[in-house]
Amino acid sequence: MNAATGMRRVSVHRLGEVLLASIQQELTDSIAVALRQDLTEMAAAGTRGVIIDISQVEIVDSFLARVLAEIAAATRILAGRTVVCGMRPPVAITMVEMGLGLPGLHTARSLEDALALVEAGEVGR
Amino acid sequence: MTTAAVTTLPITSDLEIAGVRQAVREAAVAAGFSLVEQTKVVTAASELARNTLVHGGGGRLEITRLDRPHGQGIRLRFRDEGPGIADVETALSDGYTTGHGLGLGLGGARRLVQEFAIDTAPGRGTTVTVTAWPRGAWGG
Ligand SMILES: Nc1ncnc2c1ncn2[C@@H]1O[C@H](COP(=O)(O)OP(=O)(O)O)[C@@H](O)[C@H]1O
Ligand SMILES: [Mg+2]
Repeated sequence: MNAATGMRRVSVHRLGEVLLASIQQELTDSIAVALRQDLTEMAAAGTRGVIIDISQVEIVDSFLARVLAEIAAATRILAGRTVVCGMRPPVAITMVEMGLGLPGLHTARSLEDALALVEAGEVGR
Repeated sequence: MTTAAVTTLPITSDLEIAGVRQAVREAAVAAGFSLVEQTKVVTAASELARNTLVHGGGGRLEITRLDRPHGQGIRLRFRDEGPGIADVETALSDGYTTGHGLGLGLGGARRLVQEFAIDTAPGRGTTVTVTAWPRGAWGG
């Protein structure tokens, strides 16, 4: 919790060797940047994959898309795949219309599918 | 066409950009937008509010509800007194940025709304006005 803004960071959990970040709050730009820092640092300690659950995220704009792509780029070597899961259909439709992509990221419909993708990435390496 | 009361919100921090998203969502819900239509206009608002803050040095948003016989729309006017934009066509092109962004905010926002206008000149600040209508109300 940041006392100045009343906003809390996104908590990151370790599930075995996978990092899971589940975004449950209104995401300000500074909270998104803090998540990038946390995931990058935790991935450096040894990880097979990173999963970011965005099922509660109501919009993805160019700032968040860039931060997500930066997380994938920063963790690729040390942490394998970064998978974004649970994107809401209206969010996906809006991103396509805007011309916004998620370079370097894998996408999955559910957390289960995301875990399977991380496993597949491990086999492929 | 009649216009309803105007709501004005400050844009001076990233927390206030989040506040803009919430207020625009509420206005879109009240005007009867579908979930996809809400998501589009809120995403456009998020891009334009960030430009007001990052490139314009802060400013404000005016939200106006528009009433037409066939439905209600919302007009969003983002104003700042920042450096202005010298070449609007270039600024609108995909991938063009003078900062560290993706350069997709202005062009992307334009694709997400029905009406889009920029009033700007170097040293005179920037006003971006967009209007969004739910399906069936546009042109009604
Ligand atoms: N309110 C504004 N005031 C001054 N310049 C702006 C404003 N909005 C946009 N611009 C200019 O237009 C460019 C493109 O904007 P945008 O497409 O949102 O990309 P980005 O914000 O990622 O740079 C910006 O880099 C900036 O030079
Ligand atoms: Mg922008």
